[in-house]
Amino acid sequence: MAEQNFDLIVVGGGPGGYVAAIRAAQLKMNVALVEREHLGGICLNWGCIPTKALLRTSEINHLLHHLDAYGFKAENVSFDIAKIVDRSRKVANQLSGGVKHLLKKNKVTVFDGSAKLDGVAGGNRKIKVEKDGKPVADLTAKNVILATGARARQAPGMEGDGKLIWTYKDAMVPKELPKSLLVVGSGAIGIEFASFYHNLGVDVTVVEMMDRVLPVEDEEISAFAKKSFEKQGLKIRTSATVKDVKKAANSVTATIEAGGKTESITVDRVIVAIGIVGNVEGIGLEGTKIKVEKTHVVADGHLYTGEPGVYAIGDLVGPPWLAHKASHEGIIAVETIAGMKTHAMDVTNIPGCTYCMPQVASVGLTEAKAKAAGHEVKVGRFPYIGNGKAIAMGETEGLIKTVFDAKTGELLGAHMIGAEVTELIQGYVVAKNLETTEAQLMETIFAHPTLSEMMHESVLDAYGRAIHF
Amino acid sequence: MPIDILMPALSPTMTEGNLAKWIKKEGDAVKAGDVLCEIETDKATMEVEAVEEGTLGKIIVAEGTQGVKVNEVIALLLEEGESADAAAKAPAPKAAPAPEAPKTEPAKAEAAPAPKPAAVDHGDRVFATPLARRMAEQAGVDLAGVKGTGPNGRIVKADIEAAAGKPKPAAAPVAAAEAPKAAPAAAAAPAAAVALTKERVVALAGNIPYTEIPNTSMRKVIAKRLTEAKQTVPHFYLTVECEIDQLLKIRAELNGRTEGLKISVNDFVIRASALALKKVPAANASWSDDVILQWSQADIAVAVAIDGGLITPIIKQAEGKGLATISSEMRDLGARAKAGKLKLEEFQGGTFSISNLGMFGIKEFSAVINPPHGAILAVGAGEQRPVVKNGALAIATVMSCTLSVDHRVVDGAVGAAFLKAFKGLIEDPLSMLL
Repeated sequence: MAEQNFDLIVVGGGPGGYVAAIRAAQLKMNVALVEREHLGGICLNWGCIPTKALLRTSEINHLLHHLDAYGFKAENVSFDIAKIVDRSRKVANQLSGGVKHLLKKNKVTVFDGSAKLDGVAGGNRKIKVEKDGKPVADLTAKNVILATGARARQAPGMEGDGKLIWTYKDAMVPKELPKSLLVVGSGAIGIEFASFYHNLGVDVTVVEMMDRVLPVEDEEISAFAKKSFEKQGLKIRTSATVKDVKKAANSVTATIEAGGKTESITVDRVIVAIGIVGNVEGIGLEGTKIKVEKTHVVADGHLYTGEPGVYAIGDLVGPPWLAHKASHEGIIAVETIAGMKTHAMDVTNIPGCTYCMPQVASVGLTEAKAKAAGHEVKVGRFPYIGNGKAIAMGETEGLIKTVFDAKTGELLGAHMIGAEVTELIQGYVVAKNLETTEAQLMETIFAHPTLSEMMHESVLDAYGRAIHF
Repeated sequence: MPIDILMPALSPTMTEGNLAKWIKKEGDAVKAGDVLCEIETDKATMEVEAVEEGTLGKIIVAEGTQGVKVNEVIALLLEEGESADAAAKAPAPKAAPAPEAPKTEPAKAEAAPAPKPAAVDHGDRVFATPLARRMAEQAGVDLAGVKGTGPNGRIVKADIEAAAGKPKPAAAPVAAAEAPKAAPAAAAAPAAAVALTKERVVALAGNIPYTEIPNTSMRKVIAKRLTEAKQTVPHFYLTVECEIDQLLKIRAELNGRTEGLKISVNDFVIRASALALKKVPAANASWSDDVILQWSQADIAVAVAIDGGLITPIIKQAEGKGLATISSEMRDLGARAKAGKLKLEEFQGGTFSISNLGMFGIKEFSAVINPPHGAILAVGAGEQRPVVKNGALAIATVMSCTLSVDHRVVDGAVGAAFLKAFKGLIEDPLSMLL
């Protein structure tokens, strides 16, 4: 097979890979992108985007059942789960098509198949592309970016079977709505599904091994979230593990152990969302200098793996495993390859968003982590109940918390829960990236009436100057 | 509107250059692709081509002007139908300093920026993030002495941490370099270092008569890089004597066999070095604060003396090249180096260097390492010397070679192993013909 030569080969067409390919094309590189399944990756097809479509419908359902508060009356409100799922799939397909168009517009050559590192020849990396075991193409390029992503971590004894025990993928396309559901894991994925199903009327129980839900978030936010979920009727078991599952014809009985006590619950379906593992297999890492630790490839701040000409980005490398982090790493890797001056990735500037109800968003260090890192901190808080816009919207449940270094005034972290915080967080992310201190945030004028005023008040509160609380 | 022709950045690191020569004159018609002028950068002279069509209306920066900042307007191009009057309103050309210009006034360079109102110049304004400003104030660091590593050179938190000597893993390289003089008061150190002004040097020499020779860009780069190398790279030296009678014989045979083939002793030295580096890869390495980079190919930089200095064109992947290829590449590079026509990529980089002063009759010498290279081989003249063979005195043609080694990367034993392999190849030249 004739070899086709490129300046850069990107392996994987998710939010890391396709963004890297487009950036490289902008820098006049001749780029190949190899994708085995669907352009846009998990994010677009089976992750961020279709779940947001589902969550939107479940929010509408929630609202329709609380119309009274706004002066409406509606009877016999109902939904068709097949239509809800169909809408979510259409949204995903529309965006996947959009990625295809963007790659074409940027003259990126897309190969359909699985790619594998295949040694070096004449200073170039060789890549073999196969589809269903048959060779598709032999490619060469000076540099390769691996962006093969990750997949759901399987729990021993609770492997996904597509029927009773679901992974995220099954949970996104239910044929019918279960009456009861057990969600194992209360990270962003678990909690979003719990919220979605709960808002559609499913009886949901969440089991979390750690002592709090959303364990990567600030402890205060976790506690706030748990209280809020429980008020809505979600059942939460923290510091708990699933000891045993017994499958019946159309139900599962799980034994949950918490604090030395066991309880047994029977549910229609189980969703396992206990994390991810990197897709490190079958991509030719054997015999290279590339190191794999805990199923993820080790790369430096500029995403270089140590193997000449090979970079790795996104879920394939270290946490946080977020689409926007993958995209940004793609840009850093490409610009490093192009010889541009790039900045090393700083994880404390990566925002994280969870689209449960109420929403959760954060950036930077939690209060506990800031203290553990040796900072003397000033902490500000502002509740939604003190904000005019929140009250007008009927969204009075929430909190905005800010953490500053007491000495330098550096914004170390911001932690938010409540309506629209996933959109609000970006204000703090910009501020943090520009290294503003409390002084610039205090001097900034926030529009009234907006939810963002609470971001101002939280900063003021850290210095004992909150006006409205 | 006349089109501004700007001083181009011919390499990513170029900040200024000298306007060596105008090829087009005022009033000349210019087509896209025409060579307008020649610009002398750090190491090479480059041609600047026109991107647009028109008439060269006015030359703003005169031929011979040194230190022209990138993006400064150097000339105005008139579009069709525009009269020279449009250009006449432009500032008068800056006179090139006459060669024997009376340069007694100090700080001449500093006085220059005044007449360029349009140029992008941050002037005295210091760009720093709010957090960096506050941290600098708290740590007593003067922002004026801090080099910014943020976007567009903005001073960020990490720069202040480095300047204040606060250990932070990510910023270690800078911090380490600054640490020894990290006493708060020493922040202004750069200014305090004794500058070698002309006046001072003349005074030190006893105020005797002299002629001034301007420091070319190349001269400044040589001064800066080699001073840096000698001050920061822990050099040590290893010398080996190679008998080259065999080599000279084979060289004569090879050159006699093919018309036009003129393989030099230096070509053999290049090939032997490359093969020895392949054999002892630990010697083909560079230091970085994070890791030692052991290069997968031997790119050999060969010092070539040119008018006003020297330049080091590179034989890339020399380990895979035969003597004939090395010889013809070297001849081409050498000729273009002397003409100042090397492309940037032909002299920037490399993993190892060779400096050969044999043709000047130098018996042996030691060279200064050319960072980031880990070593440089200094090659002396091949000359007949008495040698002892099997207990008896004999005559052999001997060439002394001294390897300067960066001890951070290459230890004595590794350097010795390299020289052993090198000597083996030079003394048994048939083995390097394979």
